Amino acid sequence: MSNTAKYRNDFLKEVEANVEEGEWVKMCMQCGVCAGSCPLGNAWEHTPQKIFMMIRAGKRDEVLSSDAMWMCTSCYNCIVRCPREVPITHIMHGLAHYAKRLGLVPANQPTAKFAQLFWNNLSKRGRINELTLGLGLYFMNGFVEGIKTSIKMQSLGLNMIKTGRMNVMEIFGGHSVKDTSGFHAMLQKAEEIEATRIK
Amino acid sequence: MADKKIAAYICQGCGLGERLDTAQLAKIAKSEGKAAIAKQHEFLCNANGVQMIQNDIDNEGVTHVVLGACSRRAKTDAFNFQNIALMRANLREGVIWVRPDDEDNRETTQEMADDYIRMACAEAKFVDIPESSNEQGLNRTVMVVGGGVTGMTAALETAKAGYNAILVEKTGALGGMAAKLYKSIPQSAPYSTPADSGVADLIAQVNSNDRITVHLNATLNKTSGAPGRFAADIRIESGATFTEQFGAIIQASGFKPYDARKLPEFSFGKTPDVVDQLGLEALAQAANGAPIKRPSDGKEVKSVVFIQCAGQRSEKQGHLSYCSGHCCSTSIKQAMYFKQANPDTDAMVVYTDLRTPGAGGEDFYRNGQQQGITFTKGEARTVTINDGNLTVKFKDLILNEDVDMDTDLVVLATGMMPNSGVDIEATPAKLDENCKDCSNDEKSGAVAPVIQESVLNLDYRQGLDLPQLVTGFTDSHFICFPYETRRTGIYTAGPVRRPMDMLQAQDDACGAAMKAIQVIENSSKGLAAHPRVGDLSFPRFRKEGCTQCKRCTVECPFGAINEDEQGYPQFNESRCRRCGTCMGACPVRVISFANYSIDSVGQQIKAVDMPDEYSEKPRILVLACENDAYPALDMAGMNREQYSAFVRIIPVRCLGSVNTIWITDALNSGYDGIILMGCKKGDDYQCHFVKGSELAHIRMSKIDDTLTTLNLEPARVATYEVAITDMHRVPQLINDMAATVLRCGMSPFKF
Repeated sequence: MSNTAKYRNDFLKEVEANVEEGEWVKMCMQCGVCAGSCPLGNAWEHTPQKIFMMIRAGKRDEVLSSDAMWMCTSCYNCIVRCPREVPITHIMHGLAHYAKRLGLVPANQPTAKFAQLFWNNLSKRGRINELTLGLGLYFMNGFVEGIKTSIKMQSLGLNMIKTGRMNVMEIFGGHSVKDTSGFHAMLQKAEEIEATRIK
Repeated sequence: MADKKIAAYICQGCGLGERLDTAQLAKIAKSEGKAAIAKQHEFLCNANGVQMIQNDIDNEGVTHVVLGACSRRAKTDAFNFQNIALMRANLREGVIWVRPDDEDNRETTQEMADDYIRMACAEAKFVDIPESSNEQGLNRTVMVVGGGVTGMTAALETAKAGYNAILVEKTGALGGMAAKLYKSIPQSAPYSTPADSGVADLIAQVNSNDRITVHLNATLNKTSGAPGRFAADIRIESGATFTEQFGAIIQASGFKPYDARKLPEFSFGKTPDVVDQLGLEALAQAANGAPIKRPSDGKEVKSVVFIQCAGQRSEKQGHLSYCSGHCCSTSIKQAMYFKQANPDTDAMVVYTDLRTPGAGGEDFYRNGQQQGITFTKGEARTVTINDGNLTVKFKDLILNEDVDMDTDLVVLATGMMPNSGVDIEATPAKLDENCKDCSNDEKSGAVAPVIQESVLNLDYRQGLDLPQLVTGFTDSHFICFPYETRRTGIYTAGPVRRPMDMLQAQDDACGAAMKAIQVIENSSKGLAAHPRVGDLSFPRFRKEGCTQCKRCTVECPFGAINEDEQGYPQFNESRCRRCGTCMGACPVRVISFANYSIDSVGQQIKAVDMPDEYSEKPRILVLACENDAYPALDMAGMNREQYSAFVRIIPVRCLGSVNTIWITDALNSGYDGIILMGCKKGDDYQCHFVKGSELAHIRMSKIDDTLTTLNLEPARVATYEVAITDMHRVPQLINDMAATVLRCGMSPFKF
């Protein structure tokens, strides 16, 4: 990025156009209440306050490839406390979403990985298949770790089967919404609409 | 004045009857106090009790009433008798409420009450009923100095109230700073966009008002007189001079912007593309709604940076220490000029603390953000010129990194400097050889210090203009009486008094106009306007005893006292605040008020019954400022705080009125300890009379000589700064002195 782009409004405008609730970023008054209220603030690469300042400073790559907004647990503490009523949680998710669309998610970001797993599972039949989602989560970080986790969770699984909380037969596809093709058509349409919004 | 007739009334209400032997108090008033009448009443402040007193005044010729009841600050509505002198012996807040109710303490508590009755009767013998002098004048015209928004508003408000105004403006046109603005900060909802300043309308109103006379290109050559009878020689452009008479003055001489050339780090003066806020207003006026062009090459500004707090809120030498209050909102307003002409212009405000005072301030800030102005919390370091472009170097305080940013135009938010005229208290500045920020010219003395032109040219003993605060703004009692200056009848309004925006300046102008009217009306009847509103007493002096030492004329905090050709003081009572600082200063004790004098207090000190050296009953004298310390003592009583029964408290108008003779007399007559309680002194004083407490502290620092002569311990005399909120501290100060007396032993001067 050239020197002149620093602290110019280009990236701020990009965020306003593409990120959910992005038009609120300019309303931050840098009081730092969000940063102080975040229960996981210490674990973040950048607090929301800093993310907003970085957006204004034009630090596009640093913001979008950051791990920070993926760390948000949606506790809504920041929204509740923000004196300017900025929807901070929504903006964090909006930024994560935008980064994902641009392919800028940091490699092996666990929240991003699980989110993808969840989406893949859900979008197939319109219902979550808990058995395959659970197993997918166990094996997310490799086969050996998956086996280890499965063994560790064995008794829980058996108990769930015994009490009728989990159906082993779900492994063969599982149940779905009544009109699967209609559901897929709906998703297709949503994707088309979203594609027109991406610039 | 007819013969004095003293009557004493002892109240038995509020527990006084149960705790004290009121019959004995009445007896003391009669025998020792020489009261012609001494009565007890079970409920003195009820209609019956008040009527009893009024009957005696009407039918028995009572002229001096001594009330042995509650504090002089209580029940003032009930005990509001006309044309008599009233003494209040504080038996409730000052005696029974601060002493434990038990058999062991009954005797000392009664002695306290006995003494307060003696003191009140002694005071009664030495006070007269004040009458106004014959010096009064009445002129229902206010002179307003300065034709800016503040001055015009003051003149209009004066006219609306039915008084006349003379408006004197130095330049050739009304409008002042406001006329130089393209738009002003909006003063009404929704606070979303720069508004018309309304100055043209104000000018039209002033010009069409029959009660207002405007003198343009006019300055004050000489101002003399006092409230109700001021006169000024006004010089106009042609050089001709004429005289105007008026009753009060409002000084609205406004401000000038801080000289941005003192900020070389921001390249002001090196390129026309770095401007101050007033410079930007000129650019905006030239553009008149079209995109603003930068001065160097006429290119449309695509990026502008506002640097807040340029040369202000800084302790650096040559910078302003204070916040000018309006600059954040002004920068937002100016950034809006750019955004409204072209929303794609990048406008960034670099600030450390954004402050937008006023009801609409926060909304205006929010609207600025809505319109896309970027706010960066940062510290601007430098502005440099590269190939005709500007580079702003600043530290981003949120991201904690140094940034170089290129931009087309830089606006410096510099502060306000008051046009307060000559600093009459200034001491010639010493040249600092090691000063790093000073130029060689300054060090060698080649550059003459800036000579301030006087605004008022007062023909007063203490100088041409109003006294100033350390920041150069005119001195006013910041907490309690913001419009008051240290010259009675002269009020300042607007940014000459403190930094402020236009809306605040207009409010200020209204306030000053009301004060000006008050002083005109009060002084015409010989009444004080402030802070002893309605006080008829004024200082008089015994000319035969005066040594022309000039202490009173020099020390008067309000410059009220002039000198005649022979060097005798001229008290100018309508300029006087009645604090008595002159009385405290007088080494030969010739100055007095009808109802407040060396004797009226000195005789109270002497009236106290002094037990002998072996009685184990010491006596501590407290001289307490009636404005802060005395209410604090009263509140200690209301809170049932306890303090020593050996203390005798006398309220004084101001600690500045305490004459050292009282201290010497008290020590000579056997007091074991003395405490002076005054207000906070210094640059952030709380003293109602500005310098009174400070002067008392200085005088008391020299009392050690007296103590040494008497072979007494210096710890026996203590001077404290007490605030009205110190109700828990004052009993401690008294008890500490009681402990000191115990340690030092009884005074050997008890005869």
